[in-house]
Amino acid sequence: MEKSLKRPALLAALLIALIALPTVADAAGFAALTSLATRVLIYGIAAASLNFVLGYGGMVSFGHAAFFGIGGYTVGILYQHYSLGEPLFGFIPGTNQMLITLPVAVVLSGIMAAIIGALSLRTGGVQFIMITLAFAQMLFFLFVSLKTYGGDDGLIIRRANELPWLNMRDKHTVYYVCLAIAVLFFAVLWRLVNSRFGNVIVGLRQSEKRMAAIGLPAYRYKLVAFIISGMGCGLAGALMANFLRFASPDMMHWTKSGELMIMVILGGVGTLFGPLIGAAVFIVLESVLASWTENWQLGLGLILLFVVLYTQGGVQALGARLVGRSA
Amino acid sequence: MILKKALLAISVSAFAVLPALAQDAVKIGMITTLTGPAGYLGQDVRDGFKLAMEDGKLGGVPVDLLVEDDGLKPGQGKQIAERFLNEDKIKLFTGIVFSNVAGATVPDIVDSGAFYVSPNAGPSNLAGKECNENYFVVSWQNDSLHESAGQLATNLGYKKAFILAPNYQAGKDALAGFKRYFKGEIAGEIYTRLDQTDFAAELAQVRAAKPDVVFQFHPGGLGITFLRQYEQAGLMKEIPMVVAEPSMDGVTLAAVGDAALGLNLTSHWNSDFDNAANKKFMDAWNKAYNRPVTYYAAQAYDTALAYASALKATDGNIDDADAFRAALRKADFESVRGKFSFGPNQHPVQDWYALKVEKGPEGKPIIKTVGEVFKDHGDAYAAECKM
Amino acid sequence: MTLFLEQLLNGVQFGVMLFLLAAGLTLIFGIMGVINLAHGSIYMIGAYAGTWVAAETGSFWLGIPAGLAAAAFAGVVIEFLVVRRLYGRDHLDQVLATFGLILIFNQAITMLFGRQPLFVSMPALLDGSVELLPGLFYPVYRLAIIVVGLLVALGLYLLINKTRVGMLVRAGSTNREMVRALGVDVRLLYTLVFGLGALLAGLAGFMAGPILAVQVGMGEQILITTFVVVVIGGVGSIRGAFFASLILGIVDTSLRAYLPGLLRQIMVGPEADALGAGISSMGIYLLMAIVLLIRPKGLFIRNS
Repeated sequence: MEKSLKRPALLAALLIALIALPTVADAAGFAALTSLATRVLIYGIAAASLNFVLGYGGMVSFGHAAFFGIGGYTVGILYQHYSLGEPLFGFIPGTNQMLITLPVAVVLSGIMAAIIGALSLRTGGVQFIMITLAFAQMLFFLFVSLKTYGGDDGLIIRRANELPWLNMRDKHTVYYVCLAIAVLFFAVLWRLVNSRFGNVIVGLRQSEKRMAAIGLPAYRYKLVAFIISGMGCGLAGALMANFLRFASPDMMHWTKSGELMIMVILGGVGTLFGPLIGAAVFIVLESVLASWTENWQLGLGLILLFVVLYTQGGVQALGARLVGRSA
Repeated sequence: MILKKALLAISVSAFAVLPALAQDAVKIGMITTLTGPAGYLGQDVRDGFKLAMEDGKLGGVPVDLLVEDDGLKPGQGKQIAERFLNEDKIKLFTGIVFSNVAGATVPDIVDSGAFYVSPNAGPSNLAGKECNENYFVVSWQNDSLHESAGQLATNLGYKKAFILAPNYQAGKDALAGFKRYFKGEIAGEIYTRLDQTDFAAELAQVRAAKPDVVFQFHPGGLGITFLRQYEQAGLMKEIPMVVAEPSMDGVTLAAVGDAALGLNLTSHWNSDFDNAANKKFMDAWNKAYNRPVTYYAAQAYDTALAYASALKATDGNIDDADAFRAALRKADFESVRGKFSFGPNQHPVQDWYALKVEKGPEGKPIIKTVGEVFKDHGDAYAAECKM
Repeated sequence: MTLFLEQLLNGVQFGVMLFLLAAGLTLIFGIMGVINLAHGSIYMIGAYAGTWVAAETGSFWLGIPAGLAAAAFAGVVIEFLVVRRLYGRDHLDQVLATFGLILIFNQAITMLFGRQPLFVSMPALLDGSVELLPGLFYPVYRLAIIVVGLLVALGLYLLINKTRVGMLVRAGSTNREMVRALGVDVRLLYTLVFGLGALLAGLAGFMAGPILAVQVGMGEQILITTFVVVVIGGVGSIRGAFFASLILGIVDTSLRAYLPGLLRQIMVGPEADALGAGISSMGIYLLMAIVLLIRPKGLFIRNS
C-alpha cells in the first residue's frame, strides 16, 4: 500500500524537477546543464528501449546502436534532400518538419529491427549477442562508405527540424520537446510492460518452454518486442540528430551499443526508470570527469568496476538500499 | 527525487570547483582529442599552442587556456562547446583535430557569435557554401594535402601510380585530390579498411601491377602499419612512394624508423625551415618536450600566433567582434611556415614543399626539405564561399 | 598463380594471428562462461611490454619473455581481482566489468608510455624475404608467425587431448558441474586457463609489434574480429577456433584481394572499388551471420 503511493509521488516530483531544470540551471549560472539534461533524456529513451528486450525479455542485443543510427540518419538524409531541393531516389521529397521526420525514423528503424530481429532470433545466448553486433557493424561500414551522405565525416544538419508554433533554435524548447516525448515514451512503455504482452515477454525470459507449453508462439512474441525496442532506439536517434544537428556513423559504432548497454546495467536491468538513471549517471560522470582530468577514462573504468562488483542491480538498487537503510 | 537531487548536487559542485579565473584574462577554449590511439595529435595541438603563450600572455594580453578532451566523439565535443559558451562565456575557440568532431561542434560555436580558429581539421563541408565569417582555418583545406602530393608525383616524372586509401570520406577525398594534379596514368586504385591491421593482400596487388610510384593515405597507426609492411615486403626498394604529410609526421617516422628511408612527401611545414619564427619554435619545443615534433604542434603554434596578433591589434577587446575579425583576417604574424595569408573563405593560401626521408647526421632518419611544389596555393571551395 | 599462393599465405598468416587470440577467448568463454572484453587489453599489454623491453635493451629476443610474462601476469591478476567474482554472474555484469577494465588499461598505458606509438626494429635474422617458389617472395617474419602459430596450435592440441589438465578442460567446457563434482580445485583450473589464454594473447601482441602500430586501442581493433572467430568456430572449441581463424583469415584476405577486381568487370572502376571495400569490410560479419543462421551454435559444435 505504502509503495503504491510512494511511487507516483516520486514520479511527480521527478517530473516537476525536470520541468524546472532549465530555469533553475540558468538562474544558478549552469546554463549548459539544460543540454546535458537533453542528452540524458535522449539516451534514456534509447537505453530504456534496449532494456525492454534486454532486461524484460532477456535478449542481450549488442547492436542497438544500429537503430539509433538509422533514426539519426533518417533525419539527416531527409534534411539534406530538403536543403538541396532534390528528391530522394527522384521521387521522395526531403523535409525538415519534425512531425514527419520522427514518425518516418521510427517506422524505418522498426522495419530494420524486423529484418535483423527475424534473422537474429533464430539463435540465442552468446550467439545472439554476436549476431546482433554483426548486423550493426555491417550497417556501420555501409554508412562509412556512403559518400553521398558524408561518409565518415557525417552529415551536418544546419537547422534543427521545425515544429509548428515552436522556435526549435531555442535550447530550452528543444529540451521541453525532448522531455514531452520522453514522458510520452515512458508512459507507453509502462503500459506495455504491465500489459499481457509484457507479461508474456517476461515469462519468455524465465522459461520459454513453459510459455510454449501454454501454446504461445515464443518467436513471434520476441520478434514483436525486438521491433518495438528498435523503434524506441530509432526515435532516440532522430531526437539526437536534431539535438546535435549532426548525424554520423559514430552513432552506430559498436562502442555506442556498448554504452547503451552500460547505461542499462548501471541503472538497473529490468526496471522501468533504471535506464534513464543509468544514462544520467553515465553522461554526468563522463562530462564531469573529463572536465576534471584528462585521465577521466581511468576514473570511469574504476567506477564501472565498482558498480559491477559491489552493487547488485546497479545504481538504482544501491540507492534504494541506502534509502531503505536510513529509513 | 533524492537521486536526481544528488546528481544535480554532484554536477553542480563539479562545475563549481573549476578554478576561479582572473577577471581580466581572455579565455580561450580548446576542445581536442587526448584519449585513444589519436591522443598524440591533441597532445601536440595543446602543447604547441602553449609554447606560443609567453608568461600566460598572447600578444601582450593575459589569456586563460581551458583544455578539454572530446574523446573523438562529436557529441562530447558539442557538449563541451556548450558549456564553454554558456557557463564560461568563452568567445575564442580552437583545438579540434578531427573533421567529424568539427562538423558537430563548429556550427554551434560560430552561430553563437564566437570565433573558431582551426589548428588542424579543414573539412570541405565547412569550406565552401557553409563557410562562416567567424570560422578560420590556419592549417589547410583537406584537399590541398593530396593535391600537392599529386603535383609532386608529376614533378618527379612518374607516369604510372598505384593509389590506396581507407574507404571513408577523407580517404576518397585524398585519392580525388591526388588524381586532380597527377598527370600520369592510374595503374590501380584500392580502398582499404579503417579497421585493417594487415595489408599483405593489397601489397601483393601493388607488386603485381608494377607501378612507377605508390601514393597512399593512411593517417596515424594505419600509416605506421602500412609503411612497416610495405618495407617488410621489400617494396620500398622496388617502388618509390609519395605521400601527403598526414601519413608521415614526426611521430610516425619515430615509430617506423629506417623503413621510411627514401619516402617522398609534401608538406606546408617542416622542422628544418630556415626562418626566425620556426627557429624560435623549434628551440622552444626541444627545450620543453622530449619527443618528436609534429606539424600538428606547428599548426597549433601558428593558431596561437594568429590569435595573438588579433588580441594585440584590438588590445584584448574581444567584445567588438567586427574589429577582432578584421584583425584576425590580416594574419599579421610571423608564421613558422614563412609566408601565410587567408584566402576569401578564410582558409590558408600558402606554399607547399617537397620533403624526403633521409639518414640524418646521427644515423636516425630525418625529414628533409628538398624543394617546392606549389606557390600560394589556396583551395577550390573558396569560390563557393559567399561572405 | 604465385599471386594466388601469396594471398593464400597472407590469409593463413592473418588467420594464425587471430587463432592465438581466439584460443584463449574461446577457452575462457567455454569453460568459465565469461565474456572477457579485456582480452584485447592483454594483447596490448603483451605488445607494449615486449616492444618496450626490446627497444630499451636493443634485443628483440629479450622482448619475448617480457611480453609473455607481462601478459600472463596481467591475466592472472585480472582473474584474481575481477573475473573470479564474475563466475556464474550474468553476461551483462561481465560485459560491464571487462569494459571498465578496457578503459583502465588504456588510460594506464597512456600514462606509463605516453601517447606516441612504440617502435621496435626487426631482428636481422627475420628481416627480408625468401623465395619460396620461383617468383614467390615472402617476408621471413610472416613465415615465422605462421610457424609459431601452427606450433602453438599443435601444442594446444597435445595439451588438451593428451594430458590430465586437458581432460579437465575438455570436461569443463561441456559440463562444468561434473568437474566440480570430481573434487578438482576448479579455482586453480580457472586461474590456469585464464593465465594460458593471457599468455597466448601476449604472444600475439608481441609478434604483432614489428608489423603493426603498437598503440593504445590496438586491442579493441582486433577484439571484435576475434569474437567473430570464436562464435563461428563454436564457443569453447579450440579446434573450432583454429579452423574458423584460418577460414576467416583466408576469406577476409581474398575478399580484399579479389572482390574489387570482380566487381570491376560489371561496373565502373572507382565505384567498384568503393563498393568492393564496403562489402569486404562487412564480409566477416556477413559470414558470421550466415554461419549462425545455418548452424546456430557455430561450425564445430554439434547441435543438440
